[in-house]
Amino acid sequence: MIEQKVVAPEYLFNEAEREEQFITGSEAVREAIRRANVDMAISYPITPQSESMHLVGDIYAEGYIKEYFRGENEFAVMSSVAGAAMGGVRVFTATGGPGTLRAFEAFPTWAGARLPVVCAFMTRGINSPLSIQPDTLEMAYMLDTGIIMLHAENSQDLYDMILQAFMIAEKPEVHIPVGVFVDGFFVTHTRDRVKIAPPDIKLPPYNPYSAPVPVMDMENPPIRQMRDPFVMKSNFISYAAHASWQQEILAAAERSRRHIAHYLGSLLEAENENAQVMIVASGTAVSQSREAIESARQEGLDVGLVKLKSLRPFPTEELKAVTANAKAVIVPEFNRVGWLAREVRAALEAKVKVVGGPRVFGGMTMPPDLILDEIRRCANE
Amino acid sequence: MNKKVSIRMSGLGGQGVVTAAHILGSAATRDGLVSTVNPFFGAEKRLAPAESYVRISPVQIHERGEVLFPDVIMIFHPHVITMGKCYTMPFFDGLQKDGVIIVNADVFPEISADDCQALAKLNAKLYYLPATKVALEVGGTELATNMAMLGAFLNVTKLVSVEALKDSLAERFGGGKFVASGTTAALDDVLRSKYEKVSQLIEQNMAVVEAAGASLREFAVC
Repeated sequence: MIEQKVVAPEYLFNEAEREEQFITGSEAVREAIRRANVDMAISYPITPQSESMHLVGDIYAEGYIKEYFRGENEFAVMSSVAGAAMGGVRVFTATGGPGTLRAFEAFPTWAGARLPVVCAFMTRGINSPLSIQPDTLEMAYMLDTGIIMLHAENSQDLYDMILQAFMIAEKPEVHIPVGVFVDGFFVTHTRDRVKIAPPDIKLPPYNPYSAPVPVMDMENPPIRQMRDPFVMKSNFISYAAHASWQQEILAAAERSRRHIAHYLGSLLEAENENAQVMIVASGTAVSQSREAIESARQEGLDVGLVKLKSLRPFPTEELKAVTANAKAVIVPEFNRVGWLAREVRAALEAKVKVVGGPRVFGGMTMPPDLILDEIRRCANE
Repeated sequence: MNKKVSIRMSGLGGQGVVTAAHILGSAATRDGLVSTVNPFFGAEKRLAPAESYVRISPVQIHERGEVLFPDVIMIFHPHVITMGKCYTMPFFDGLQKDGVIIVNADVFPEISADDCQALAKLNAKLYYLPATKVALEVGGTELATNMAMLGAFLNVTKLVSVEALKDSLAERFGGGKFVASGTTAALDDVLRSKYEKVSQLIEQNMAVVEAAGASLREFAVC
């Protein structure tokens, strides 16, 4: 283990001189956690995530993490992670696909208990017939769990966002979980250039006394609501407390906006935002779109790109602003249901035509040509 | 090089398709080029279809996932062609004009008249070599089949340098840094057990690379 010194997050993210490495997405997770000053990590294997938490286990063995173990299953892991966070430690885990669904009950309880857990979700197919290949369908289910959702485009994003996620999650006025989502295989198993900070620096430790809720206090929320839930009282005060508590979780996510903007630069990135045809995407769909846009520009077509980095909170106002001149918005997705197109339609309030697609799913790779066809169609209308 | 080259490797689990892509991508990076590498497979088991993809370019690569429109296709086992053990049908689906196909086979597998016609129309260059035989005879183990395939690739395309390939091989098998899945780690152990020292593993595998070039044959399209 290399002796590490604590530095300001802004220094680690923006100023420290970075070294470029040719590594996989899973290895980028390891390098992020190495610098994240994590107290505890809990793992359970599932393709395409297994390698990531395996590598986190390796740096536990080297001494970078105080505690690490393998849980009985994903539900146990997510519950153990909740216990660790309630106990006041910085905790990390990762899962994906069927693992996400198996653990699902835990995610709204994390948010409800104001736990600043950071979890990486390596997305894969979850529906029958079984697939281990990339598909972002599970993200549709996660949208309303109350957790903050960041979507990484590539290994660089994955490395950066995991580190930034801890800082966002632990802000006293936020203090809810952050999920860093990334497309399985397309990123986790892909070897690419990633710029990383030196190994001898790390984030400041988590201060559990900065939590907006008391740590492990059996008389107050969040523990109170589990040991002695409001519902048991069935009176006006208990229902009013329940309702206002839920609103507070939503408010916490709203308050995270400025912190996401501070650490990630923005909730979305736009290129050529005055274009008549805009592509709005997140994750690997952004990379495929970049390829399609390059071809479209060679054909003289005017097309712009919006990369959504934060899906919860959703950058509604920013999206409206950068698509103000557009006559059509194309939403390519790696899932069958088109959850992102639904989000975009809701945000843009029928002011612009939203094309839901192209979509591929069940592990298919999206040919950039499919996006290019849609650009041509929209440009010529 | 002045444009992106996309390579699709199709083979069977255990043949080193994923490892070959890793070594080739690392070599390209060492040569100052940009590369991305990714594998695709189902449940991990020997002889199941496994593919990996290497993109090599002078400039940044955005595109992810499967190589749907390859410039080079490397077939590690005749069953990929004869038994459909790959993710695309036919095996050369998406091959670009003037594309290259390299097959590990003692004799070029029989292909249909339709496929022949399609390949001729693409002006495809077809090569084959007994890569597994070369691996056994020169490398002392069929686990060096992937290095024989890389040798053939180098001979045909000259895309990366032999030095970079050697350094990448040393990095992959030399240090203790590489984390592989259980089955891959088991095969790594078997491969290492064939040689007394890591330096010997590297020398003999590089000899396989060289010998592969000599046993490469061109196959005239129909």
